[in-house]
Amino acid sequence: MSEETLTIDPPVEQAPVPAPGVLPRLLEGIPREGAMSLDRHLAVHGSASVISARRRGRRAESPLIEQVERAGLLGHGGAGFPTATKLRAVAASRKRAIVVVNAAEGEPASLKDRTLMQTLPHLVLDGAQLAAQAVGADELIVCVCETAQASMETSARAISERLGLPLDSVRMHLTAVPDGYVSGQEAALVNHLNGGPAIPTFTPPMVFEQGVRRRPTLVANAETLAHVALIARHGAEWFRQLGTPSRPGSALVTLSGALAHPGVYEIEHGASLVSLIDAAGGMLARPRALLVGGYGGSWIGGELLRGVALSDEHLAPHGASLGAGVVLLLSEDACPVAETARVARWMAEESAGQCGPCVHGLDAIATSVQEIAGGLAQGNATQRIERLAALVHRRGACGHPDGTARFVTSALDTFGPEFADHARHGHCEACSRPGELPLPAHRQAANPTHEPVPFR
Amino acid sequence: MRVNPIACEAHGMCAELLPERIALDEWGYPIVDSEPLTPALRDHARRAAQACPTFALLLTRDRE
Repeated sequence: MSEETLTIDPPVEQAPVPAPGVLPRLLEGIPREGAMSLDRHLAVHGSASVISARRRGRRAESPLIEQVERAGLLGHGGAGFPTATKLRAVAASRKRAIVVVNAAEGEPASLKDRTLMQTLPHLVLDGAQLAAQAVGADELIVCVCETAQASMETSARAISERLGLPLDSVRMHLTAVPDGYVSGQEAALVNHLNGGPAIPTFTPPMVFEQGVRRRPTLVANAETLAHVALIARHGAEWFRQLGTPSRPGSALVTLSGALAHPGVYEIEHGASLVSLIDAAGGMLARPRALLVGGYGGSWIGGELLRGVALSDEHLAPHGASLGAGVVLLLSEDACPVAETARVARWMAEESAGQCGPCVHGLDAIATSVQEIAGGLAQGNATQRIERLAALVHRRGACGHPDGTARFVTSALDTFGPEFADHARHGHCEACSRPGELPLPAHRQAANPTHEPVPFR
Repeated sequence: MRVNPIACEAHGMCAELLPERIALDEWGYPIVDSEPLTPALRDHARRAAQACPTFALLLTRDRE
């Protein structure tokens, strides 16, 4: 490779720079139906990146990586890892890299990645192309959950729409990922793309060193890449005009529960939960509690709702974090013990079945919760759950046991009286009601044509 | 010391050979003490790693 001169993007019609600090960003111009076409996407966001993703020389770093670092972008897949660090690790490798767009979204309570691929695929693909240029990749694999039919179709159409687009220098293909809670875990996704099952592997080697076909691999969440596309257009300063200093920018949140308009919303990090609920048309019933961060996340009592702000620094005192942007309101009608039992059992069944502490530990935790729910528990079952939760901590190849343990122990903390009551008297009246926390079987039934509502 | 939890099949040899640092949980899987190995224990740790039928016990050098 010869020393490249700085290329200035050709003067193409540039969309006006959005006013600073204004939402929506990602969801700007979102169509009421179907996916945003390439033409419309370019009209809304402009076709030219202000910041070049290309490296200017063999040893130089892509200006985009520096900009992503200054923007303070953290991953939106759940772990919140700094995106620039990831980009840099892959870019530093001597071998040709591969970029994987992660829209596997195995979390049943999350719909934001499939919504993004279904409605705004070009924003994600822009970000993916730019990331690929920044790390020197020559191949881009878009991974969408096999159950997200509509997202698969719009992604395929978007990829074919972009053939020959000057912005794109990297070939793209689309792959369906088997549905599963752990399928979207970085190493699981790479394992699947290498022809294996979509279950985690032991690390090291980390995927950024040795991933798809043993090549350095950037696995990035779909929403994260959409943010990269906007940072490349408007820069780090613009990005930081929303959000908090430690978590700048905006985020997509899947809000569900008894609300006028549950759906996917774009919020500013640090926005109050009340403002999000207002945007969703308000609550239809008083919630007993809220689950933040999904089935590996934490419960917060409903009485605290007014004080909750949606950023990790504000959620930390509640022992919670936003994760992949899941906020679920549990109604007063639901039995939190029965809901916890149902989800704990499902999470135990979602174990990849590879690591002993996960296989046996999650099964034992789920069994103990079920025994409490049915009033069949012997001795101090809540203490046994606490002990089991501590026992599985950090003892799996992935974070699945840790997340499940957190979900269950936080239920014990939040619903102490309800658990004690069930341990003594067994099932309550609400136990037999249909579950409110979505599991994949009724994710599809209840939400066949999910229509996102932009947050304004 | 680290365990590869995918490879581990709960044979329990490691806890036999290095009880100072490895205990077994109720299903027979090792719980490894995160405390670094003292020089006196290093040989025992090496023997435990070699004795593991699935090579699931991994020894890594400290970075210093």
